[in-house]
Amino acid sequence: MTEIPEHLLKRSQEAKAKADGGSAPPAEAAASSDDDGETIPRSLLEQSQQEGGPATSGGGVATIAPPAMAGPSGNTHRLLTVVKSGSIQDVKANPGDKVHVWPHLLAPEFTAALFITAFTLVFSLFINAPLLELANHNATPNPSKAPWYFLGLQELLTMFDPMIAGVTIPGIVLVLLGFAPYIDRNPSNAPEDRKFAICIQTIHLMFWAVLVIIGSFFRGQGFNFTYPWDTGLHGIFHL
Amino acid sequence: MANMIEKPKQSLPEKLQQGATAAADWMQDSQFWTSIFRPGSIFRKGYTDSPRNRSYVIMNSVLYHLHPVKVKRHAVKVSYTLCLGGLSFFLFILLTITGIFLMFFYRPTAAAAWSDIESLHTQVSFGLLVRNMHRWGAHLMCLSVFLHMARVFYHGAYKAPREFNWVVGVILLKLTLLLSFTGYLLPWDQLSLWAVTVGTNMMGFTPVFGDQVRFVLLGGKQIGAETLLRWYVLHVLMLPFVLVIFLAIHFWRVRKDGGISGPL
Repeated sequence: MTEIPEHLLKRSQEAKAKADGGSAPPAEAAASSDDDGETIPRSLLEQSQQEGGPATSGGGVATIAPPAMAGPSGNTHRLLTVVKSGSIQDVKANPGDKVHVWPHLLAPEFTAALFITAFTLVFSLFINAPLLELANHNATPNPSKAPWYFLGLQELLTMFDPMIAGVTIPGIVLVLLGFAPYIDRNPSNAPEDRKFAICIQTIHLMFWAVLVIIGSFFRGQGFNFTYPWDTGLHGIFHL
Repeated sequence: MANMIEKPKQSLPEKLQQGATAAADWMQDSQFWTSIFRPGSIFRKGYTDSPRNRSYVIMNSVLYHLHPVKVKRHAVKVSYTLCLGGLSFFLFILLTITGIFLMFFYRPTAAAAWSDIESLHTQVSFGLLVRNMHRWGAHLMCLSVFLHMARVFYHGAYKAPREFNWVVGVILLKLTLLLSFTGYLLPWDQLSLWAVTVGTNMMGFTPVFGDQVRFVLLGGKQIGAETLLRWYVLHVLMLPFVLVIFLAIHFWRVRKDGGISGPL
């Protein structure tokens, strides 16, 4: 249950008092608003007070002692209990905002599938996959590059010993990545609570992105550093 | 003279339209049709858009293996998921279809592989186009799987109860890269040979059994005809097989873990 701000409570009390013709003192109105929003009808409350029964409120069930005789106006019925729905049946506070998968999910999915197919098709109409000369073990191209997604590793190999660049760093990264949910014990998924995790991951992703970009575009003959606008991409970048 | 007033003659297109409607009605009423398209299918006669039929569309079709009848409203927001997981899966399907086409024209031997690709370009209808789609689709899939991982991380979607599905996802990422890498060798040109040489040299650095791993994967000390056959089998059979199993677990766990993660 969310807490109701003070000024709103006051305002609702005033409004209730006004609706009752101004006769009910504000204190009583406050008492009747104790139970979470569901008020017992005023006439019943007054009746029970006349009968001297305790006007209990606040719990799930308000019980009133049976009167010794019929009411003042000769009524033989009386209020025994007010049973709130929450106390005897499981009422879902939030029924959940759900939508049908068809068409609300299938339609966008189908559109996305069409879009990606069309994009690949059009791209393929205009740009051909590379096919160089027949493989030749005796003619090493210069530079020799791994596929782009491994160029980060190849770039690391230029900086560190193979044992570190080829095994230790990628090994640690893969283990940390795979076990991320068990390392990050922070239950929140709100960005403001996860500054550290987001920082680390962004640095990690950018680390590989930058290395891949350098390896792809800034490494020329002999895998030496070069600028793509000086040498051109021909021969140094293949997909 | 006979009565000159005749019934208004139907034009040919009208007749054809009537005939087609009658044929479609007959078809949709047949036992054959109703046995294929179960109640709620949009292909059944008199499909109406009702909540009941919307539920039946999923419940009574093979899609029930993938999707529940209803999902939380935020789960269908494209701005939340960017559809990256779905796109990765569609690309996998696209790659499977184009890949099967390519298999008809390719022999994984050192003597034939390159010239098969060459003649695919010049002799086979749409051969070059399909190969292009396979290649660019593969690069796109690597990218979309990577971006999917980033999206899931930034949403904190790997947290309980979805921890294990993250682990499955990381395995899928590695399998995707391996699939791409094994496919890289198959054209058997200078680009594939030397890219794979550089890549597999890194494997040799694996401690303790690095050389053995490299030997098994290459089928020898260096890349050759044996490697081509091994990587072909890995690429078209073994890795897709393993990937599909992990995909099934991945999708199943999305539902079992309560649908996709909530909004931030």
